[in-house]
Amino acid sequence: MEPHYQHLYDILAHAQGYIFPNEIDLQWGILIVVYPFITGLVAGAFILASLERVFKVKILKPTYQIALLTALSFLLVATMPLISHLSQPQRAYEIMITPHSSSAMAIFGFVYLWYLAVVLLLEIWFDYRHSMVVWSNEKKGIMRYVYKVLTLGVSDITPRTLKWDRKLGYIITVVGIPSAFILHGYVGFIFGSLKANPWWSSPLIPIIFLFSAMVSGIALVMLVYMIVSFIRKKSIDLNVLDSIGKYLFFVLILDFTLESLDQIHRIYEAEESFEIIKLLVSGKLYLTLFVAQGLIGTIIPLITLVFLQFYKHKIRLQKTMYFVVSILVLIGVYSMRWNVVIGGQLFSKSFSGFTSFKVGLIGLDGTLMAIFWLLLPIGILTFLLWLLPPWKMVKEEE
Amino acid sequence: MSQSTSTMGNEKINTSRRKFLKTAVTLAGATIGYTWLKSTQVLLFAAEPKDESQPWYGIIIDIQKCIGCGNCAKACKNENDVPREPFFFRTWVEQYTVKNDGTVNIVSPNGGIDGFTQAVPDEEIFKSYFVPKMCNHCSKSPCTQVCPVGATFETPDGVVLIDEKYCIGCRYCVQACPYGCRFIHPVKKVANKCTLCYHRLKKDLAPACMETCPTGARMYGNLRDRNSDFVKYLKEHTTQVLRPHLNTGSKLYYNALSGEVR
Repeated sequence: MEPHYQHLYDILAHAQGYIFPNEIDLQWGILIVVYPFITGLVAGAFILASLERVFKVKILKPTYQIALLTALSFLLVATMPLISHLSQPQRAYEIMITPHSSSAMAIFGFVYLWYLAVVLLLEIWFDYRHSMVVWSNEKKGIMRYVYKVLTLGVSDITPRTLKWDRKLGYIITVVGIPSAFILHGYVGFIFGSLKANPWWSSPLIPIIFLFSAMVSGIALVMLVYMIVSFIRKKSIDLNVLDSIGKYLFFVLILDFTLESLDQIHRIYEAEESFEIIKLLVSGKLYLTLFVAQGLIGTIIPLITLVFLQFYKHKIRLQKTMYFVVSILVLIGVYSMRWNVVIGGQLFSKSFSGFTSFKVGLIGLDGTLMAIFWLLLPIGILTFLLWLLPPWKMVKEEE
Repeated sequence: MSQSTSTMGNEKINTSRRKFLKTAVTLAGATIGYTWLKSTQVLLFAAEPKDESQPWYGIIIDIQKCIGCGNCAKACKNENDVPREPFFFRTWVEQYTVKNDGTVNIVSPNGGIDGFTQAVPDEEIFKSYFVPKMCNHCSKSPCTQVCPVGATFETPDGVVLIDEKYCIGCRYCVQACPYGCRFIHPVKKVANKCTLCYHRLKKDLAPACMETCPTGARMYGNLRDRNSDFVKYLKEHTTQVLRPHLNTGSKLYYNALSGEVR
């Protein structure tokens, strides 16, 4: 007996009630949990950066480039969990050259490329061009050429050109905000548009995905800002944290409201799938939904963020609390992705039973692979922060 | 009317308005007529057949005739090289047992291939019956809709098929099928499902499951042929599709389908 089948026999032994025979094997595993988590971080981080730029929130200035580079690092990896999850990954390119127009998934490649190439890369390029030109003149050896290549040969740094850099960068940011909304709202639509699955099928899912994306992205930028400052031995500006914290609070409240609305709606309408979903949330999803997502990821951070708006005594304690809150929020959003993706597959479409899910450790869709895809962007971010340090950028007079 | 046009004193507007009214009435009439014509079609066809010259295949399963022998599921695995393990089925049989207390017991051990036993004591049974399941060959099939590369498609004669050389294995179709009819083939690593034995169908041979059914509980036929026994059966029996509210355009009609079945 092949090991793959042994794994399925184990699951079969743990199935409860009646499930269709083809449903024993869960189709989308941990990598598909990681995928919306990563794209959410991208969209969220970008939206925070845009806040500073478009709405001129001066206080967030120290996080602007960090947020952009964070978004880029995670975006570069965003497709990898998807591709490594395909059972025919060598055919992945077909989705780009022969997209099926009625498929929600088919558009992902284009939304992704638009966001990567047109929005993020261009915005970062316009933002860094002046500094890169200066660095290419200052640096010695190979780095001189690296920066020269990065400027794409546009070395004009007259005030008039720099003004254009700023202007074009601004336009891209304005275009980028709806793009970020589309990117993640769209990821939600992939799930929300499946009428076969009552746990997913909801017009609120894209909006919930979007707000949870913003929550996670904002929390991540806050965390990265603190860690980067710590490594650079610079003091963390508490005003920055307070300001991000305020945004985090509002978005988290909105996210919480929307998710509650979705659940209340389900409970009140109590359609044919209600009984099985009730069993799902009170059983297999209890820990990840009520404890991890609800309590740890939402309620505790919300209370702490309110508390931090009033508590202004021990600075060290405040910073530690922000640090903990950002981690809790990230755990909460990851759990939310888990609850959506895995939760939606645990119950049978016969609404009469449950299959079970055991995450494998190794293999292309195992835990180690998922951890790798989550750590890789952090590696890329470290490299980008070294290559394009925001704190060494050439200051411009506005 | 003529008064109002004469007060405007513009002959040009007058004719163009008349023309407009004429067109509007014609369009409205045509729409109503067309809708009425179409509505009678909808009763029989789940959706509009694409190619008039081709047959438009549908399936009937008579629940009252199924004895739960599981020959269909076995024959299907033999015919279509479906892995023997109990996790991959193009067709399977479910045993429903409604108990006196109203609870429903559903089982399908190995898809029914090895036959069934009744675990519920006789005195507790309100009613019991078998339901064979297979691809519904929906004409508005959700699996075809979501395939990102178009590897799943509907043939002009109304059969949903998969291009195995094209499927990227994203599993979106498996998620989209409300009936649990799809799986990922463990060896070929692409989506797999019932083809209505298309290779046999094209040679005027019945699908393996229907060929082997000892009671004739499964039938297939051309929905377009109004004079066929198949369409006559649909006319004379109260049939129902699974999950009609999902509007998948299922072309698998069950006779004597009970409300517990999903």
